[in-house]
Amino acid sequence: MKGYILKRLLSLIPVLFVVAVVVFLIIHITPGDPASVMLGPEASPREVAELREELGLNLPLYQQFTSWLAGVVQGDFGWSIFMNEPVLQSFFSHLGPTLSLAIFAQLLAVMLAIPFGVIAAKRRGTIIDQTFMGGSLIGISVPSFLLGLLLILLFAVQLRWLPVAGYKPLNAGFFLHIRYLILPAIALGAMQAALIARMTRSSMLDILNANYIKTARSKGLREKIIIYKHALRNAFIPILTVIGQTFGTLVAGAAVVETVFNIPGIGQLIVNSVERRDFAVIQGTILLVAISYVLINLVVDLLYGVIDPRVRLNRK
Amino acid sequence: METKLLEVKNLKTHFNTERGRVTAVDGVFFTVHAGETVGVVGESGCGKSVTAESILRLLDEKSTEYEGEILYKGKNLLTSTINEMQAVRGNDISMIFQDPMSSLNPVYTVGNQIVESIMLHQNVNKKEAYEKAIEMLRLTGIPSPEKRIHEYPHELSGGMRQRVMIAMALSCQPKLLIADEPTTALDVTTQSQILDLINELKVKFNMGTVMITHDLGVVAEVCTKVVVMYLGQVIEESDVRSLFSSPYHPYTDGLLKSIPQLTGDRSKKLHVIEGKVPTLHQVPKGCRFAPRCAFANEKCHDEMPELVQADTSRKVRCWHYKEIFQAGEESPYVSAADSY
Ligand SMILES: Nc1ncnc2c1ncn2[C@@H]1O[C@H](COP(=O)(O)OP(=O)(O)OP(=O)(O)O)[C@@H](O)[C@H]1O
Ligand code: SF4
Ligand SMILES: [Mg+2]
Repeated sequence: MKGYILKRLLSLIPVLFVVAVVVFLIIHITPGDPASVMLGPEASPREVAELREELGLNLPLYQQFTSWLAGVVQGDFGWSIFMNEPVLQSFFSHLGPTLSLAIFAQLLAVMLAIPFGVIAAKRRGTIIDQTFMGGSLIGISVPSFLLGLLLILLFAVQLRWLPVAGYKPLNAGFFLHIRYLILPAIALGAMQAALIARMTRSSMLDILNANYIKTARSKGLREKIIIYKHALRNAFIPILTVIGQTFGTLVAGAAVVETVFNIPGIGQLIVNSVERRDFAVIQGTILLVAISYVLINLVVDLLYGVIDPRVRLNRK
Repeated sequence: METKLLEVKNLKTHFNTERGRVTAVDGVFFTVHAGETVGVVGESGCGKSVTAESILRLLDEKSTEYEGEILYKGKNLLTSTINEMQAVRGNDISMIFQDPMSSLNPVYTVGNQIVESIMLHQNVNKKEAYEKAIEMLRLTGIPSPEKRIHEYPHELSGGMRQRVMIAMALSCQPKLLIADEPTTALDVTTQSQILDLINELKVKFNMGTVMITHDLGVVAEVCTKVVVMYLGQVIEESDVRSLFSSPYHPYTDGLLKSIPQLTGDRSKKLHVIEGKVPTLHQVPKGCRFAPRCAFANEKCHDEMPELVQADTSRKVRCWHYKEIFQAGEESPYVSAADSY
């Protein structure tokens, strides 16, 4: 098992290298000079040139890249010229809200989608099934910013049940923390929930036809046990894949939702840094997001082994 | 010992499919007494599995309709509530399936799956249930059962898995066992081991058994009575000995002639019943065998024969069985055999 994890971790290195190259190139090839943005429109060309020199922007691209990468390998993701702090520090100070939002949205999605998917599968072809599946289509097609705005309009502006926007950290109290996260989490998790519900339904429909389900029924087990013990655990394998794969979309969606709800998370950090042309922060943060993304996928892969003994055996 | 355990009376099973309603089982009759093994034979697709699964009502009830009666100890299972069915399944009536490779849940250990059955129907704690499960596995001839019980299905061979299925099916000492082609998916040596095992345990627990198979050799080996099915119907019911020596129904005759002979002239070409089994969407309106039957006349094509008592121990569904049989007394089925 340890060997397997080590092997997987090593295989991540080339992937992350490619990510680093792409991120670096995109940022450095797009027009817009960080030095002139920082100094403002009034700055003289001389001042700009001096700052460029200082930031190393006059070096050849490959040299900029290797020196950045050398830093990254040693855990130094660069220095934010705007915030005047290490990139790693900006990253971690914005991580909390995003983490809270993503986890909450994911939990909400999983906890709603799986029961809905199971019920739709059990009642396939009925009005209930059609309603759920129609709803999930809406969930997939409505963009999160629009959903976010509609939610704000209804629950915050009209009904005044929940705050319009903003963020309260966990140490301000758990319920306050959650209160502020409910609407953004729904906006962010809706698509996730729709995808998981659809996968749950189709996977359950498959499994409910399996011979071992017939066996379970022939033993006299109750339908609840057949569904939740015998079918769902098997159906969960493809569901887990969807959760893992769509986690990337969730992270990307977080940037949008954070902007709509004014949540000081990673998404907002990236968006603001793009406006400020704070290269080091953009590059560093995106690379860190990529690293967490692949690590999460590794965890998902390890979870397969927990659910499915056949996978466990193959890895010995 | 004339206790009727199971009585299936004119069972019909209809499926509502996207392509319309099909009737996969359309007139099945048979009776099983305690300690007796009844064989159900017929070609692939004739409705054996549907019959078996109808008895325990395992088919998806949203798209399935049953007609007729399935009396277990006099009580009609087709009108029982779902709770009553759950109490019967696995406890009074158990089932072993065709494909041992896919009949066990891959994500739970075999022990977990056997213990689940035991704890469901018997008033025992987990430890006792595990002991009972180990005992059952030992009874089915699995070596070192206390180790095997913690293994997952994929760690066992097909034969071992079928033994696990048997252990599971018999763990609550059912009165009736339905075995749906329990050996078809296994290699020849394992086949006979599993058959012997079922036979041995049947005697030990005095169970009634329904042995579904397409193999008349299996019938000859383990059954006392046999029911022959064709296209969803029982076309002949008989004690095994009479069926083999003098079949009444032309289809049964053809079936018997198509068994490879181990002794005698093996160069003789194997008999094949001409024609194909019609699909469920084009069932003949008269006798279902008429398109393939050498004796068919107009009446056969127009009117469906009922299953009638032919003599004390035998029933047959054929308009002309008497004439055919009498003509055949001197030279059995000459005309039929010659025409092929
Ligand atoms: N759920 C279903 N819906 C529609 N038709 C079905 C369904 N289940 C079975 N059938 C049809 O019923 C007929 C009988 O099938 P069944 O499985 O009982 O055959 P069988 O005698 O067990 O054959 P085999 O020897 O191949 O196992 C087949 O034509 C099959 O296509
Ligand atoms: S009823 Fe007619 S067609 Fe059917 S088996 Fe008898 S003789 Fe043949
Ligand atoms: Mg079958």
